[in-house]
Amino acid sequence: MVQDSGPAEKGRQPQGSLAAGLSGPPPANDGGAPKPGGAGLSGLRHRMPLATLLIQRLGLSALLLLAVSVVVFLGIEALPGDFAQTYLGQSATPQAVANIRAELGLDRPAVTRYFEWLGGVVQGDFGNSWASGNSVTEQIGLRLGNTLFLAFWAALVSVPLAVGLGMLAVHFRNRWPDRLINVVSLGAISLPEFFVGYILILFVAVQGGWVTFPSTVYADMPFGQRLEAIILPCATLVLVVLAHMMRMTRAAILNVMSSPYIETAELKGLDTLRIIARHAAPNAVAPIITVVALNLAYLVVGVVVVEVVFVYPGMGQYMVDAVTVRDMPVVQACGLIFAAVYILLNMSADILSILANPRLRHPR
Amino acid sequence: MDNYLKYLGRQAALGRLSRREFMGRAAAVGLTAPLAASLLSSSVKAAGPQRGGHLKCGLEGGASTDVLDPAKYTSQFCFMTGRNFGDTLVETHPTSGEALPALAESWEASPDAKVWTFKIRQGVQFHNGKELTIDDVIATLHRHSDEQSQSGALGIMKTVSDIKKDGGDLVISLEDGNADLPLLLSDYHLVIQPDGGVDDPNAGIGTGPYKVASFEPGVRATFERNPNDWRDDRGFAETVEMLVINDATARTAALSSNQVHFINRVDPKTVDLLKRAPHVTIQNTSGRGHYVFIMHCDKEPFANNDLRLALKYAMDRETMVEKILRGFGKAGNDFPINETYALFPEDIEQRGYDPDKAAFHFKKSGHDGSVLLRTSEVAFPGAVDAAVLYQESCKKAGIDIEIKREPGDGYWSNVWNAQPFCTSYWGGRPTQDQMYTTAYYSKADWNDTKFFRTDFDKLLIEARAELDQPKRKDMYREMALMVRDEGGLILPMFNDFINATTNKVDGYVHDIGNDMSNGYAATRLWLTS
Repeated sequence: MVQDSGPAEKGRQPQGSLAAGLSGPPPANDGGAPKPGGAGLSGLRHRMPLATLLIQRLGLSALLLLAVSVVVFLGIEALPGDFAQTYLGQSATPQAVANIRAELGLDRPAVTRYFEWLGGVVQGDFGNSWASGNSVTEQIGLRLGNTLFLAFWAALVSVPLAVGLGMLAVHFRNRWPDRLINVVSLGAISLPEFFVGYILILFVAVQGGWVTFPSTVYADMPFGQRLEAIILPCATLVLVVLAHMMRMTRAAILNVMSSPYIETAELKGLDTLRIIARHAAPNAVAPIITVVALNLAYLVVGVVVVEVVFVYPGMGQYMVDAVTVRDMPVVQACGLIFAAVYILLNMSADILSILANPRLRHPR
Repeated sequence: MDNYLKYLGRQAALGRLSRREFMGRAAAVGLTAPLAASLLSSSVKAAGPQRGGHLKCGLEGGASTDVLDPAKYTSQFCFMTGRNFGDTLVETHPTSGEALPALAESWEASPDAKVWTFKIRQGVQFHNGKELTIDDVIATLHRHSDEQSQSGALGIMKTVSDIKKDGGDLVISLEDGNADLPLLLSDYHLVIQPDGGVDDPNAGIGTGPYKVASFEPGVRATFERNPNDWRDDRGFAETVEMLVINDATARTAALSSNQVHFINRVDPKTVDLLKRAPHVTIQNTSGRGHYVFIMHCDKEPFANNDLRLALKYAMDRETMVEKILRGFGKAGNDFPINETYALFPEDIEQRGYDPDKAAFHFKKSGHDGSVLLRTSEVAFPGAVDAAVLYQESCKKAGIDIEIKREPGDGYWSNVWNAQPFCTSYWGGRPTQDQMYTTAYYSKADWNDTKFFRTDFDKLLIEARAELDQPKRKDMYREMALMVRDEGGLILPMFNDFINATTNKVDGYVHDIGNDMSNGYAATRLWLTS
């Protein structure tokens, strides 16, 4: 839902999409200089194409976030049972339910409650969790930190590894190293992530006893121990996201490799690795960046299963707990953060693609 | 019996049981004096609790919505947290379930059981250094009995009409007499806090064996030993760490890889596999929790007692225990009480699977067509499988059960207590009176079988105030028969609490009170060197 950036794509080629990146025109810088003149927005767009794009995108992102918050709110409203009922569960008495509803103002109309919440958020106040009474901002700070920590290390390992393996696969195209890389990474992505997790736990933690398990991290944990704790979830995530990025790198570079200018480079007598790194990779970078951004977003917002399996206190688990009891302020805050991460990463991917390929700055 | 003797030995070793008492109880289970004496000495030698070390527990049932305020405890994790840092006025005996003094030293009741006088223990310090006074106790009880209270103990505090200080003693007056008041005060929500926790309910300050060092909801909690603990027979570890591990596989893996010493809620499906690990001991304890199939006595077609009887006889209890609980439990007898309750009526005949009787009553009821049963995975572990098993056993009696699987979300608000026939569960209650009052009294909110009987209500209230035990036991027998033969409850099984420990700890006490050694697991276990 969020990754499709909608109207912002108007007026230029959808270079963010994978198809366009793979079947782009041959790389010759024939864009020409920007035409001078033109009033208003289109003039601005000609003079500062990047800045205009950025401002447009930011404005639309804000609208998108608002839409997300409405959808999340409606979603929670549509779930059976409200906070008071689900929080008390089987032990709900009419008296206790009424007490909680009155205290939280759940007896008022939904529209009023939504705008009250929105009013708080606009002033930077996410409110307090209904279930624990603690400040949402404070709680999320901890959880988001954990999630980003894990995502950062998983990305740090997986992105260079995927791109490197992709290049290697191109180099040894259709020979055994290529096949091995493909089979192993596709195998890893084909297994559900919890299964990869359980296998790692069984062999590395239970039978081997080499790493700590469960991967619980806490507020004042020393950095070294923290790193040790996330080895297994990090490895699982790497295995899960590796294949996608690696395959895309391979496909994008192979596509460029069939162009005439590569043939020229070959005929000049350059060695293959140099051709891949210097001539092919820069022109294949746009689709790679997009798929990397998608996977980074996944590492932040989509890892709840890995969190549960490894007992890692991240945002996903926090949001699921909150949804279970319909804790609206927490669900909303998590939803907004997840949406923001997705939008931000997709926007960065587009901007980076444009920077990497100047032709895309000038819509035809 | 082996376990019981081991338990006695340990109690003797801990000084909770005198030598004379030990010999007496050992003789009661048929042990000769010399054997008992040798057992005692070996127990004392082997079972000497050791202090120190870092105890780690991996628990199911924690969420980021957890709080330290005892009034709001709902999860297993909170339950144990409260037991670690706080005390209640009264505790319960692990095997007999009778009331034992804790922060209340002693108590006595007026002849009609309406006015109770408690003597509060002197010289007990809170973790913040403040001396425990009777005012703290009164403030705590007030906070839980207030009309606006969201306390989980509100239900049991409702009958309290007045709490006051009388010459250094605590006097609690009740609207109706209740012979079980001390047991009610052992409820895990009623942790005594300084000033009742009114100023800061989440302070986590109590009189218990461990001080709260950190508490991250849904992640973990850590505790340090309380050096000023008023008891020396608990709180053996120097520090305790409780981790929230909600995934059953992860919990089992944490125990098998020796990363934690204790886990709760072992999945019955995998318990046989876990048992094979040489360093793991499965600690299963009979409990009061039970899985139920409930019919509304006031709704068609269940308003007909013959149909209800037919459905009761069509339940294959032994198979349920074997398949759904994997043997970790006992067959139920269609009334919500088992032998772990005081004054249990032992002489009621066990109802068995009897397709002929079921067919007879079904025919007599004149019901035509199928019976709709609603179920969901959240009703109890294996509830959907249990419904299918039941469907099969009913088929043999010629009764057609139609199963409707409901979503887990909203099951407790939309199906349970709302639809006429569904699966559900009950945790136990400290007393028979509590169990019947909560779920079988006409005016109870949770009367989930819609069992409206004025004669039952009358008996319930009479029995509550009856201090003459044999007489009271007869009353409970009569009530049990009413529920069993005329109620809407099908109770196929009582489930055991299944916990597990590693061989690095000792001292686990099988407590019938509740799961995890009645929540005291961390205070009773010690690390062996």
